[in-house]
Amino acid sequence: MTTTTPVLAGEATAEPTPRTAAGRVRKRLNSRTATIVSIIIALIWTVPTFGLLLSSFRPEDDIKQTGWWTFFSNPQLTFQNYNDVLFGRSSSSGQLANYFVNSLVITIPSVLFPIAFAALAAYALSWINFRGRDWLYIAVFALQIVPLQMALVPLLSFFSRGVSLGGITLLPPWDLDNEGKFIQVWFAHTCFALPFAVFLLHNFISQLPGELMEAARVDGAGHSKIFRSVVLPLITPALASLAIFQFLWVWNDLLVALIFAGGGRETAPLTVRLAELAGTRGGEWQRLTAGAFVSIVIPLIVFLSLQRYFVRGLLTGSVKG
Amino acid sequence: MEFEDFAPKLSMLLYGVIGFVVVVGGLLLLLDVVPNYFARRREAALVAASLSTSDGPAPTLGRRVRKHREGLLGLAFLLPALLLLLIGLVIPAIRTILLSLRNGDSTAFVGLDNYLWIFRENDIVRVLLNTAGWVILVPLLATSVGLLYAVMVDRARFEAVAKSLIFLPMAISFVGAGIIWRFVYAYRGEGDQIGLLNWLWTLVGGEPRQWLNEGPLNTFLLIVVMVWIQAGFAMVILSAAIKAIPSDIVEAARLDGVTPWQMFWRVTLPSIRPALIVVIVTISIGTMKIFDIVRTMTNGNFDTNVVALEMYNQAFRYQQAGQGSALAVFLFILVIPIVIFQIRNLRRQREG
Repeated sequence: MTTTTPVLAGEATAEPTPRTAAGRVRKRLNSRTATIVSIIIALIWTVPTFGLLLSSFRPEDDIKQTGWWTFFSNPQLTFQNYNDVLFGRSSSSGQLANYFVNSLVITIPSVLFPIAFAALAAYALSWINFRGRDWLYIAVFALQIVPLQMALVPLLSFFSRGVSLGGITLLPPWDLDNEGKFIQVWFAHTCFALPFAVFLLHNFISQLPGELMEAARVDGAGHSKIFRSVVLPLITPALASLAIFQFLWVWNDLLVALIFAGGGRETAPLTVRLAELAGTRGGEWQRLTAGAFVSIVIPLIVFLSLQRYFVRGLLTGSVKG
Repeated sequence: MEFEDFAPKLSMLLYGVIGFVVVVGGLLLLLDVVPNYFARRREAALVAASLSTSDGPAPTLGRRVRKHREGLLGLAFLLPALLLLLIGLVIPAIRTILLSLRNGDSTAFVGLDNYLWIFRENDIVRVLLNTAGWVILVPLLATSVGLLYAVMVDRARFEAVAKSLIFLPMAISFVGAGIIWRFVYAYRGEGDQIGLLNWLWTLVGGEPRQWLNEGPLNTFLLIVVMVWIQAGFAMVILSAAIKAIPSDIVEAARLDGVTPWQMFWRVTLPSIRPALIVVIVTISIGTMKIFDIVRTMTNGNFDTNVVALEMYNQAFRYQQAGQGSALAVFLFILVIPIVIFQIRNLRRQREG
């Protein structure tokens, strides 16, 4: 899952104009079809989201009886859907404000922990000499291909029943309930994120110039000092792209949350709640549209404002396997 | 919605962040203090040694000890990550393999029965076929669209904006995308259609249809959603690869008077082959594990079920740990040939 790290060159060099008339015609024709095809693709890629966003602001009766494109002949906007879906009192209305907070509580530690542990591990695997280092790195790297489905059943039973071997309890059960279940989710997300996180950060950290480390060592700095004051500042962009990956992954995750957070209002994140609404109230479009947008808006903001780091991370590490 | 509802959650968040600061800060402090302590002791020992005998094996001994300490220190840096990987991934994966050889409540050894069950049960064979359809079509379509778009907007005006539009769905959750597209496919028995697809369909004279209930079309319509999300990824990687093609090659081809068509097939495509393989492999692996889209849009009904969803249902809804684990192992086995293909390619690339 490595790319050949091509450089993202943004400079637009002016294309030379074709020398023959035929060439010019062909080029024009070509660029015209190209323009049309790319506009069609761009439309297919944006119109569905736009339709959802527009619908979420239309009154309930309008959404359920007319297509969102009729909005332009009958413009009527309301915030009622958002008000209902976020703060409505009845349990059928969504109560998404609550689940929104759950999503936040799940996401923040699930981003912080794996990044810190992966940075430490990636540093050790790049710059501390010990026997078996390369094999260890290969092992961690290879763990990327293990689908997380392979870990779900035993991990859940570890949380609820502990680990025992031949009647001897090796690890006690965690016995978490209500808000305590957040810890399970953090733990699971941290474990599952590590192989990719170590791989991505190792790519960056092992590329740092060795003279830098040597110079710091001559100055009397130990590994801990080098890690903190030389390596960390230099890999900030890599940490940023990893943070964005992990944020999007955790915020948008459904599977891990379903299993480890459960469906209760104490811990379930937005995705779980939305999937539930889609399953039980599939026709209530005034709630689904507004609800979907509530869940989309934070990742969109993060993504749009930090797109540069995200792309750089993609090009270095490709995505999570 | 009062503040009291949020208070326990927010205090959990606070505990989490405090836990983070304590664990990571404590670890860094420990890594700072302990080696320093040993360094001071070593210095003292060296000084003592040099006082008693001015020559001798002290320096070599020191080096060996230092190497040994490096190993210990490395272990300390690695400890949290390795421990978590062991508890959270390696041991559970091994246990899953063992569970897949046992019955539903893991009380008896059943050998390969659970694996045979995968191929015997008609419903599950259907699931396998659907997953095969996904794994063939999603990488193919997403890569084609991504490549086409990357070539066409390359060096166009508004390139950055045009790319962002295609790229944006990557930020949207599969659940969110599922709802967006369910709305596109929505069906009403009478009156105006509210789903975009049925509206367009009736515009060209068709009868409104319940798109998600008709197989095998419904599986294809779900695949469209995944393509919609993944094309942006393909486009970004391929676009960067296209821009990295050395301009002298392009210039030489242009001087030879090749048509844009020839340029694409003879110059562009061979030059971006490595990136193309990475994109296809990554999307294939992601698609194999597709779960959320199917669960949100049809919940696997109407013959749209896939392996990862069936695994979830077996293990967590029907409490069939054996069959669920067998499906998880099956997913893992499916990934292996793709990874081997990828490693071979990387090696060939490195050799020449």
